[in-house]
Amino acid sequence: MPNHDVVVVGGGGAGLRAAVAAVQANPRLNVAVVSKVYPMRSHTVSAEGGAAAVIAPDDSLDEHAYDTVSGSDWLCDQDAVEAFVAEAPIELLQLEHWGCPWSRQPDGQIAVRAFGGMKKMRTWFAADKTGFHLLHTLFQTSLQFEQITRYDEWYVTKLLVDDGRVHGVVGIELATGRIEAITAPAVVLCTGGCGRVFPFTTNGNIKTGDGMSLAYRAGAPLKDMEFIQYHPTGLPFTGILITEATRAEGGWLLNKDGYRYLQDYDLGTPSPTPVLRSMELGPRDRLSQAFVHEQEKGRTVDTPYGPVVYLDLRHLGEKLIDSRLPMVRELCRQYERLDPVHELIPVRPVQHYMMGGVHTDIDGATGLAGLYAAGEVACVSINGANRLGSNSLPECLVFGRRAGLAAADFAAAHPGSPGPGIRAQVIDERRRLESDLLARREGRERIADIRTEMQHTMEGSTGIYRDAESLVKGGDRLRELRERLAKAAIEDDSRIFNTELVAALELDFMLDVAETMVVCALRREESRGAHQRTDFPNRDDDRFLAHSVVSRGRDGSPDVEYLPVSITRWPPGERVYGR
Amino acid sequence: MADTITLQVARYRPESDSAPRMQEYVVPLRADWAVLDGLNYVKDRLDGSLSFRWSCRMGICGSCGMTVNGEPALTCGTFLVDYAPGPVRVEPLGNFPVIRDLVIEIDDFLRKLPKVKPWLVREDEHPFADVEFLQTPAELEAYRQYSMCINCMLCYAACPVYAIEPDFLGPAAIALAQRYNLDSRDQGAHQRLDVLATAEGVWACTYVGECTSACPKGVDPAGAIQRYKLTAATQTLRSLLLPRGAR
Repeated sequence: MPNHDVVVVGGGGAGLRAAVAAVQANPRLNVAVVSKVYPMRSHTVSAEGGAAAVIAPDDSLDEHAYDTVSGSDWLCDQDAVEAFVAEAPIELLQLEHWGCPWSRQPDGQIAVRAFGGMKKMRTWFAADKTGFHLLHTLFQTSLQFEQITRYDEWYVTKLLVDDGRVHGVVGIELATGRIEAITAPAVVLCTGGCGRVFPFTTNGNIKTGDGMSLAYRAGAPLKDMEFIQYHPTGLPFTGILITEATRAEGGWLLNKDGYRYLQDYDLGTPSPTPVLRSMELGPRDRLSQAFVHEQEKGRTVDTPYGPVVYLDLRHLGEKLIDSRLPMVRELCRQYERLDPVHELIPVRPVQHYMMGGVHTDIDGATGLAGLYAAGEVACVSINGANRLGSNSLPECLVFGRRAGLAAADFAAAHPGSPGPGIRAQVIDERRRLESDLLARREGRERIADIRTEMQHTMEGSTGIYRDAESLVKGGDRLRELRERLAKAAIEDDSRIFNTELVAALELDFMLDVAETMVVCALRREESRGAHQRTDFPNRDDDRFLAHSVVSRGRDGSPDVEYLPVSITRWPPGERVYGR
Repeated sequence: MADTITLQVARYRPESDSAPRMQEYVVPLRADWAVLDGLNYVKDRLDGSLSFRWSCRMGICGSCGMTVNGEPALTCGTFLVDYAPGPVRVEPLGNFPVIRDLVIEIDDFLRKLPKVKPWLVREDEHPFADVEFLQTPAELEAYRQYSMCINCMLCYAACPVYAIEPDFLGPAAIALAQRYNLDSRDQGAHQRLDVLATAEGVWACTYVGECTSACPKGVDPAGAIQRYKLTAATQTLRSLLLPRGAR
């Protein structure tokens, strides 16, 4: 049973930042990074447009904070946002000092671009592969720290908890099938989001909410699980994201008549060049909602993969597209067989991001001693009811670092290896995986079929617009799917790289996540940010200016409570865009 | 166009198979399906025991490299219609040990990568923590291409030298070393010389150029290696001819 000081689960932006922060703060610590994929495969790699942090002389921390607070529809915690905007520039400069190839101004200074919902140009970018460069810079930088031990392609199935504290994890080494505990007094969850709960998502195959469910089962509550971000511009069929930077550079959204329809949805008036916090540079929740209304009016275009509108980049010209948006052109050519220099890009809203996650404080501490979380898996919350584009990469860095430091302190204060109670839990978990799951050959249903049904259930119940009827129905269906999963066969009986076993465990986790989404969405009888109830169309600050916090009850069903939002300097107000 | 296509997929279970065997599956032939979509159809509908890696399905995570009809390719960016009427042969990437089915072991690359110090080396710490190193767009352009490597391993699968010389550092590792050597902010080029200018480093390369043809991201590792050979030769000459202080 390998023992470390800190176990970081996940090797993406938040996880690697946490690991490096921990060993830099305390070089005597030994930190394990346990990831179900090689770190450079982590989904941070897919982030495109950029990372927000105040650096321009005409910008200020207060303005970044206000944009974030109003973007969140006042559901974020303002103390967390104030810390976030203050530390984001320090973190992006740290990445610069580690070699991140940020795009530059002619004089060599960092360049910034506009982004949705942001009143100033403050989004740092590395062309349109910002997440890729950020992740590889972090990964390559992490290679110089001998105190970091990597467990690549280990799938974590359980958090070890005893005496009210976390003591490590149990994982499967995929290449061998070995099931082993990796223990530590502190664990940092950095497993990212859960987009695979939905059928149409920008998220990679690995984004199955593992960390959210691990925490939930271990007794650490989740927060704001009803807030699910739909990005307005995904490619039909693949769900590949076309970055918001296309609109920041001046791209237009057109309906089937070639009309810039956002002007009909209180988002401003069209102008030939982009205007900050207006029209195509409005926030994602409002843009995705506008699409649904256009569809209802019959002004979208039907395709075999659902209704679309068009993203028009033609007027930007080949030179700008190649220098600032090269991946967009690459993706359109490869996956749509069209060239955005000359043709319109068909797009539709696509599930993209999870505002909710493991409930943490400002240092990543969860409700369970020794357990921390950072990045998309966590909900601090700086995102509230709607995240602004380009806030998530700096969130990974700022709160990854904070969680890494807090975990390092906790580990130093609680040295030692776990007792016999933990050994018994490891034996139980090994038995569950080997005897209950891997040996389960009989069963009529396929894992993939149940997963597909879950995804469609979620699209039908927790889509861009929800109501009580669809949510109740969705909840019933999920319970049914849970029962069916317990009887499904695992078609693969090999110990070696058994992706079918992993798929079954991922689906089990996703059903937890889906259930909490539906329950929290049903309880929140108002419309705020990305949570839009057709039966409760208005924001209700009297009842719901509060985080929903969901815990697993004794019988396994979710219990929802509400926690006040922290408001420091910006009292709740109207969200104003384009006027 | 026929509405189906046959995939011939390499299967290998180390517990029971002494060698890989081919298994055929018939999958729908749809205009926008990548080879990866075909494999996922097999996994989800026909045979849950098939193992392969994939994640982003947008050509950036580097997980889904395989050999398609004999050529190394990212299966998320390689389309079934381009192989119609088929069959399409899908095998694991060459030059690597196979763990299972289409899953290869890349530990060798991950052991070699840190040797080239693929991180920014500074002799002097940056004097101002709150200021960026200035880097003009032209300076960025000098190494940008080499920073695009996604570690997908297609270049190692294509490399005829790596096939017979497993100690060769290989195209991606050398390109990443050059990515930092050519970065105006880096001061570590001389530290990387000892690893790169060796028989297992750039001198192992016979400049076949297969790596550059295989690269899905336009990195041109072969160009990086050729350029470095010149640097290495110059450095070696200088160290022979000049006293240390003047190099």
